[in-house]
Amino acid sequence: MNAAVWGLATAVFLAAMVEMVEALTIVMAMGMTRSWRSTLIGAGTALVALAAFTAVFGYAITTWLPEAALQLAIGGLLLIFGQQWLRKAILRSAGLKAMHDEDEIFAREVADAERAGAVPRGLDWFSFVVSFKGVFLEGTEVVFIVLTFGLSARNMPVAIVAAVAGCLVVLGLGIAVRGPLSRVPENTLKYGVGLLLASFGTFWAVEGLGVFRSGRESLAWPGSDLAILALILGWFALSRLMIMSLRGGQTRGRDSAPEPAEYGAHRGDS
Amino acid sequence: MRFVRGFGQFWYDFLIGDDWKIAAAVVTTLAAGAVVLLTVHPDEKVFTVCLGLAVMAAFALVLRIDVRGKD
Repeated sequence: MNAAVWGLATAVFLAAMVEMVEALTIVMAMGMTRSWRSTLIGAGTALVALAAFTAVFGYAITTWLPEAALQLAIGGLLLIFGQQWLRKAILRSAGLKAMHDEDEIFAREVADAERAGAVPRGLDWFSFVVSFKGVFLEGTEVVFIVLTFGLSARNMPVAIVAAVAGCLVVLGLGIAVRGPLSRVPENTLKYGVGLLLASFGTFWAVEGLGVFRSGRESLAWPGSDLAILALILGWFALSRLMIMSLRGGQTRGRDSAPEPAEYGAHRGDS
Repeated sequence: MRFVRGFGQFWYDFLIGDDWKIAAAVVTTLAAGAVVLLTVHPDEKVFTVCLGLAVMAAFALVLRIDVRGKD
């Protein structure tokens, strides 16, 4: 396996682990407080919906887009996606955003489940809908990363195997622990995934600009795939500089600094 | 209508996320790169490195603006 394939496998494995931890927290909270049957039906329905979504989305982008355009489109999306992860990781490391805490999220989900009233005899719609949404939303991020990485690196089997392995590891841990996986270093993993997504996104998006040249061929980075390593180092150095600079700014203006939870509140603030 | 709005909101949150400026910076930097590529015809290896650095610089700038705006 070359550097690109190792990077692909690592990024997809870690991303799948992170998203699976978040989905598992929601599923466990619903199952343990309300109904395991309805919760698992909801999670299973979400997996079927995700499979259909993957087939349609994957077929559409591979059929309609030429190679360089595909690299530009999915590289650009990956770059935006990766920078969003990196932004949160930098803000968290600089103390400007609250750390992601699975115990706290689990407690919040349990409180919501208890407030939803008695569990009916048949299908419990509350646990069905909550687990469906949790698995579908977190799963969509994994599908997106698997498709973009797999197609850009032209290695879908490695991407799929890495994602399945990441999910199975977390599922195994969840079954063993029987509770939220708060000891998984989720914030550190997210930082690493953000770095990889941003680096690969930069590599492919810039390569894909070749679609605008007469031959429509991808551009070539110096050193070919090795440029990805340089990009990872570059993004890492930049993120450390940003963290140091933001920490310094916070120390200087501590009196007027915002509360940690202030930055960003979308998608369950993952 | 509620479904359409929810569907649109999902994709906006998914692709654009918490800070729309990041998506705007990526699109603007890549568009500027395309213009340079078409008009100046630079050396390919120099161009890729310079555009990679420009993408990083744009991200740093956006994060700075984001943090400064909330101080």
